[in-house]
Amino acid sequence: MNRAQVIEQLPGLRRYARVLTGDAWAADDLVQDTLERACSKWRLWRTGSDLRAWLFTLMHNLYLNRRRDAPALAAVDIDDVKDQLPDASNPATDGLLDLERCLQRLPAEQRAVLLLVTVEDMSYEDTARILAIPVGTVMSRLSRARSRLAALLDHVPAHRPDAHSAPPSLRRLK
Amino acid sequence: MDRNAPHPAPADADRRDWHALVDDRLPPAEAEALRQELASDPAAQETIARWQHQRAQLRALHQDLERAPVPEALLQAALAAAEGQARRRAGWWRWGGMAASVLAAFGLGWMGHGQWAGHGAAAGIAGARGMTVPTAAPAQRFAQQAAVAHAVYQPEVRHPVEVTAAQQDHLVQWLSKRLDRPLKVPVLSPQGYELVGGRLLPGDAGARAQFMYQNGTGQRITLYLGALPGGASQHASSPAAAPSPAPTAAFQFTHDGPVPAFYWIEQNFGYALSGQLPQAELLSLATSIYQQLQ
Repeated sequence: MNRAQVIEQLPGLRRYARVLTGDAWAADDLVQDTLERACSKWRLWRTGSDLRAWLFTLMHNLYLNRRRDAPALAAVDIDDVKDQLPDASNPATDGLLDLERCLQRLPAEQRAVLLLVTVEDMSYEDTARILAIPVGTVMSRLSRARSRLAALLDHVPAHRPDAHSAPPSLRRLK
Repeated sequence: MDRNAPHPAPADADRRDWHALVDDRLPPAEAEALRQELASDPAAQETIARWQHQRAQLRALHQDLERAPVPEALLQAALAAAEGQARRRAGWWRWGGMAASVLAAFGLGWMGHGQWAGHGAAAGIAGARGMTVPTAAPAQRFAQQAAVAHAVYQPEVRHPVEVTAAQQDHLVQWLSKRLDRPLKVPVLSPQGYELVGGRLLPGDAGARAQFMYQNGTGQRITLYLGALPGGASQHASSPAAAPSPAPTAAFQFTHDGPVPAFYWIEQNFGYALSGQLPQAELLSLATSIYQQLQ
């Protein structure tokens, strides 16, 4: 196994994990766990097969298992962390934050399918292989994810509070 | 879920083709036929447009991470994974990883301020992990020397190199002898870069070499290589270095010098690839070089 081949995968894995988990810390943790898992499962990787697909498979197994074990997200009071978050008064950033937040409200299985197909531009067949589900399930999850994400985004208020109220850097969403 | 949502999910069985259209999986003729078929169905068109917009937005999410420096801890984990070695999952290692991520995240902003400020952050990472990693001062200095050498010779019109690629055998023989180690000149023609030649340069621990490459548009990159001063002294500078493994390669990116560079150190021998290129492009070239030198 060539080290450069694994190193080459890192930026992509980090980026994907970031979108999947919605959190920078959790993302790098997930990548780290994926690499450790790869380390112990190396014998199961067939030399010459797609390294990227294999690493994505490991990552999803870890992620989805973890979500199953601990479905509830730890609650953090937004006021405690607002200083560490990007300034949300920029409308462009706002839209992305909305998208990320809505994405996290999809069931993990749907999110995984949607992201593999869009962010990673994987074929439906490769997506099915990585998640070990039939292609038909990929299609139905994809369909539900897209409709649900659109519906969630529709419920995000389009406009920020007026300028004369104190400029909040974040809104609470309950 | 809200059944009256304005974007209801179409029946899955029928709408596989809609997704295939959005994801650009249909052959052009089929895509065209489907568009024709949907021309009279504004609701379908709206749903598809919505999904397309969603797809574009998702693909834009965190794209910057594709070009961001990878935290030291992940690089080490990747190297460990590649070597198939079981690694201790002790607390200090995890915490070291976290510290590295913090520094990478918060360091980005201020490391771009023109001074060789990465030094402190790198030392911090090494300290937090209790390991000797090639982010310590000699490596930083090595990268700086590489960048300066690049800046000096890259604009040279008449004498960019001492020995040209036409005499590649002689070049390799000569520099191998001066650096006291068999050198290999990586081939970058698949990426569009041809060897211009090379030159001998002074370094902290004796001779160093610089290979210059150029692409069709005249863009030049340089590969700088050579030994770092005293292998053992790195350990001495790190008080907590007792359990440290031998330093291995770790890709580092720096943009503090006159030109961006990727550098890595292997058994106290350093490599730095410098060039005025986007980081991703430079990384892919550096990766190819790294691979060829294995």
